Amino acid sequence: MKSSTTDISQASATPPNYRLDPSVPLRPINWNHLDDPKDIEVWNRITSNFWLPEKVPLSNDRSDWLAMTHPEQTATMRVFTGLTMLDTVQATVGEICQIQDAHTEHEQAIYTNIAFMQAVHARSYSSVFSTLSTTPQIDDAYSWAIKNELLQTRVKTVMQYYYGDHPLERKVASTLLSSLLLYAGFYLPLYFSVQGTMTNTADMIRLILRDKAIHGYYSGYKYQRHLETYPRPDHERMQEFTHNLLDELYELELAYSEELYAPLGLVDEVSVFVRYNANKALMNLGYPGRFDASETAVNPSVISALTPGADENHDFFSGSGSSYVIGKAEETQDTDWEF
Amino acid sequence: MSKSTTSRQKLPVQEISAEHSPDLVYFSSVSENTKRFVDRLNRPAIRIPLRPRVEGPIRVNQPFVLVVPTYGGGEPSTAVPKQVIAFLNDPQNRDLLRGVITAGNTNFGAHYCLAGPVISQKCQVPELYRFELLGTSHDTERVTEGLRDFWSKLATAEPTTV
Repeated sequence: MKSSTTDISQASATPPNYRLDPSVPLRPINWNHLDDPKDIEVWNRITSNFWLPEKVPLSNDRSDWLAMTHPEQTATMRVFTGLTMLDTVQATVGEICQIQDAHTEHEQAIYTNIAFMQAVHARSYSSVFSTLSTTPQIDDAYSWAIKNELLQTRVKTVMQYYYGDHPLERKVASTLLSSLLLYAGFYLPLYFSVQGTMTNTADMIRLILRDKAIHGYYSGYKYQRHLETYPRPDHERMQEFTHNLLDELYELELAYSEELYAPLGLVDEVSVFVRYNANKALMNLGYPGRFDASETAVNPSVISALTPGADENHDFFSGSGSSYVIGKAEETQDTDWEF
Repeated sequence: MSKSTTSRQKLPVQEISAEHSPDLVYFSSVSENTKRFVDRLNRPAIRIPLRPRVEGPIRVNQPFVLVVPTYGGGEPSTAVPKQVIAFLNDPQNRDLLRGVITAGNTNFGAHYCLAGPVISQKCQVPELYRFELLGTSHDTERVTEGLRDFWSKLATAEPTTV
């Protein structure tokens, strides 16, 4: 008798389950059978977005770097070392620790891809360092990072859940790292690019942002799928856990931003960006945003550095609707949707 | 019967009668981000089937505004979900489209909400609004008010077709 995919799945387990039962037959991943169509969609998207820092001509920022003030250079070194810390945590622990909790074998494979991409991100900040700065400057920044209590606390606040015993807490912590914690750091290169300086570095950051959006979306999406399998009281407990952890990390972000950005006079605008991204982190987890529109109005020039064209009016409703004219719709076929 | 045979069979089109055809049509993937935004508008809306080959395609009978998420890795050819393309390939659905509202994420840079301009250009309708992920309460307020004004202005401009 032929075995069905279901029979095969029931008679076997994925390799991470070896730790629970060494006698169980282990199953190779089968991309021919998908349990969740989101897995293949995300896999295709993250693999097609693959990039390496060598593609970005960072050395073209060298004259901009040399023209910077000392406080600007110091802030840049620290911001990028802080980002390297977060991506190192995520590549070596944050993504990997979710493999054991995956509900589908494809989900396991996706975390390995995301982990590798986080390692590329961590690698890319070093490309900036080695292109622009000197070894003593780099060593100073790393020495600052290991001694800085705020930087250590914000990372370890997340790490305790990665090594904890609750799968959902791991997912929330990971989503908040990917969708909230990195953003205080991303603000500086985006801000510089608005001033017309370090624009190649900003291009690299935009590639990282594109990846982070999918990483945060995916762990948030899987969090919601996993949460569905838990009884009702756990839903309330997890919502409370998420909001408490967000509050804790938000306070740390403000303090961290104060320390990094006060010398540049940017603390207020960075805080707005942090709140804007805190809302997006919550939405990735399926919860409504927490901060209202007036608290999250990011400096429009930074938004347009992030999203060219977003400064155009995309709120047609507030314009004059009377100019509306019905055009002649074209015939469309599947192939017509390629421009 | 094998799976491939059933998937090739054309399912009958589900006609949404004029009295049941709402002025809001949306698509939302299994993540349901867009659905949650639409639910908060408190307005009758119909969802484009996620699996048209299983559920059958739909055909609407009243003018409508479309709410869609942006897909793909930044290529215009993949920005519009394929279920939405299939829906708009139906000439009747396309003729009744009056505007598009798009979900996205500013992290995608120049490709933020790319499905909006693609549909707007292809179907010659205005892009009405963009929002991120589930949308904020500010977004739902703007769209609720905006749709109310939009439909009343349109009723004055083209009384026979609305």
